[in-house]
Amino acid sequence: MNQQFELPGAYKKWTMALLIAGVLALLWGLIMYHPTAHAGHGENVNSTRFWAVLLQNSTYWLLTVNASMFFICVTTMAHGGWQVAFRRVPEAISSLVPILGAITLIILMCIVFGGRTDIYHWLDKEAVAHDKILKGKEGFLNPGFFLIASAVSIGLWWLLGQKMRKFSLESDRMGTMDYETGKRWVWKNTVWASLFTVVFGLTVASTTPWLWLMSLDAHWYSTMYSWYTFASTFVSGLSLIGIFVIYLRNQNQLEYVTDEHLHDIGKFIFAFSIFWTYLWFSQYMLIWYSNQTEETRYFIDRIGTADNSGPYHGLFFLNLILNFICPLIILMKKSTKRNWTLMLFMCILVIFGQWINFYQMVMPGVLHEHAQLMPFELGIAALFIGIIMWGVGRYVTKNSLLAKNNPYLKESMIHHT
Amino acid sequence: MAGGRKKFVVGSFSDEKVLFPAVKNVRKAGYKIHDVYTPFPIHGLDHALGIRETSIHTAGFIYGTLGTATALGFISWIFTKSWPLNIGGKPHFALPAWIPITFELTVLFSAIGMTLTFCYLCTLAPFVKKHHFSLKATDDKFVMAIECTPNTSEAELQGFLNSAGAEDINVQEAETGWWIGRYDTEQKLYRDEVGF
Repeated sequence: MNQQFELPGAYKKWTMALLIAGVLALLWGLIMYHPTAHAGHGENVNSTRFWAVLLQNSTYWLLTVNASMFFICVTTMAHGGWQVAFRRVPEAISSLVPILGAITLIILMCIVFGGRTDIYHWLDKEAVAHDKILKGKEGFLNPGFFLIASAVSIGLWWLLGQKMRKFSLESDRMGTMDYETGKRWVWKNTVWASLFTVVFGLTVASTTPWLWLMSLDAHWYSTMYSWYTFASTFVSGLSLIGIFVIYLRNQNQLEYVTDEHLHDIGKFIFAFSIFWTYLWFSQYMLIWYSNQTEETRYFIDRIGTADNSGPYHGLFFLNLILNFICPLIILMKKSTKRNWTLMLFMCILVIFGQWINFYQMVMPGVLHEHAQLMPFELGIAALFIGIIMWGVGRYVTKNSLLAKNNPYLKESMIHHT
Repeated sequence: MAGGRKKFVVGSFSDEKVLFPAVKNVRKAGYKIHDVYTPFPIHGLDHALGIRETSIHTAGFIYGTLGTATALGFISWIFTKSWPLNIGGKPHFALPAWIPITFELTVLFSAIGMTLTFCYLCTLAPFVKKHHFSLKATDDKFVMAIECTPNTSEAELQGFLNSAGAEDINVQEAETGWWIGRYDTEQKLYRDEVGF
């Protein structure tokens, strides 16, 4: 265990394969879908599809990897000790934030500077001038504010996350801490974790989803939306942590991770799947109940109407089955949360389910019946998974997998649920 | 609830580090531990005592399902058969509006059901008396009660407990099952009891 972890050949091969598949899909899109073809709403569908898919995947994977830094920060603030045995895994995942953040920012800039009114309707100055609702939102739905807010959010996640990772890596060189040193170190961590959490609350859990995703349906608004997006990415973030913990444990790493830790990760996924459903349902029920035209539009686009069920009808209910029914039924029992194979399966299922959730958040508003779920969409997802695998692999081979001087390590080793 | 009056050898421990090996040794020697009473929950003690996993969560699941079924069944009977009302032009079978009530009845049924089941399993109810092997178990001692079978030699067992690190070792007779009565009329002041 004291030896530095070396990536097995299979891991590298899969990373390479996913990256190649992703790059091929991207090239295919660049050549075949005319991404630069300027188009109004519904005119050049392929071009819209190209940007919509990139937007869906970049935001989804960025928020998912960022959620693992949120996981570190909340457990740190709660003085939790149980996660220390595998704490380097969420750290490794969160080290992707700068890379995926830069990619997301580039995509957003392309959309905004390219004047893609087919994606963001509010970019159309002509339309905004004659539209009461869009005019009211102009204060924050304008290119300047949009890009500055996005850049600042991503920058803060990056800087504060970097700080948290630095503290953790520093502790490896500090030697065993005595009581006073440990206390100071924990305090320092707590302060920075709180800062990250405040920033996270002001961005991911409130403003960021309004800007990036809710504004796709420019006229529509929902106060549940940001929490709903946060819950979605937090579940997928926890599942991503779960996958890497299970993988590394199977490689005989993370020697102190036991059934008890897996059980707690499972509880987190179970609980936040239900939390996601709670928000999903709250948003749905309020709109269904008040039945106002400008609000119901969102769900008519997705479920359809009594006469015409629409292209997203099946996906809408698949979303609920994957993200609510499956975690509820399968993860309810204690024994499944302690079963490594089943947990791996559930983690993958939840990540896929939340990806589908993002798909049905993005596509109906911009593509209507023209959206597809073809190798191109999956290829772009593969590109992002490849990048995440590469980044995590880089972090865990460069740094020790055990935060051996963390004052809470003992607590994590004897953790018992 | 296998109740009845039984005889116990009781010893107190003041340290977890002594208690755990003692539990192990007593079980290894073939004695039957009735229970260990502690002022606070101790991680891993149930495991050391060899107590099987509780099934109370299975009971909770069943009560919860019952709550879901009750809510959905009752509300849909009212609003579609017994007394259909036009509420805001919504369909009579308005499932989304019922989900909050369904959720709450599910929680209510499972919570109350599990509480009552728990009380039954622990023989707790109004007017049911419980025997206290030692009141120090509510303060700072871990109290182990070992059940005497006809083959048990009390003296030998007391010696065994002593060597395992127990203090205040004594023999008590106690009712173990449902034991209905009232403290204010039937029980002497606790200071008279053995073991205090």
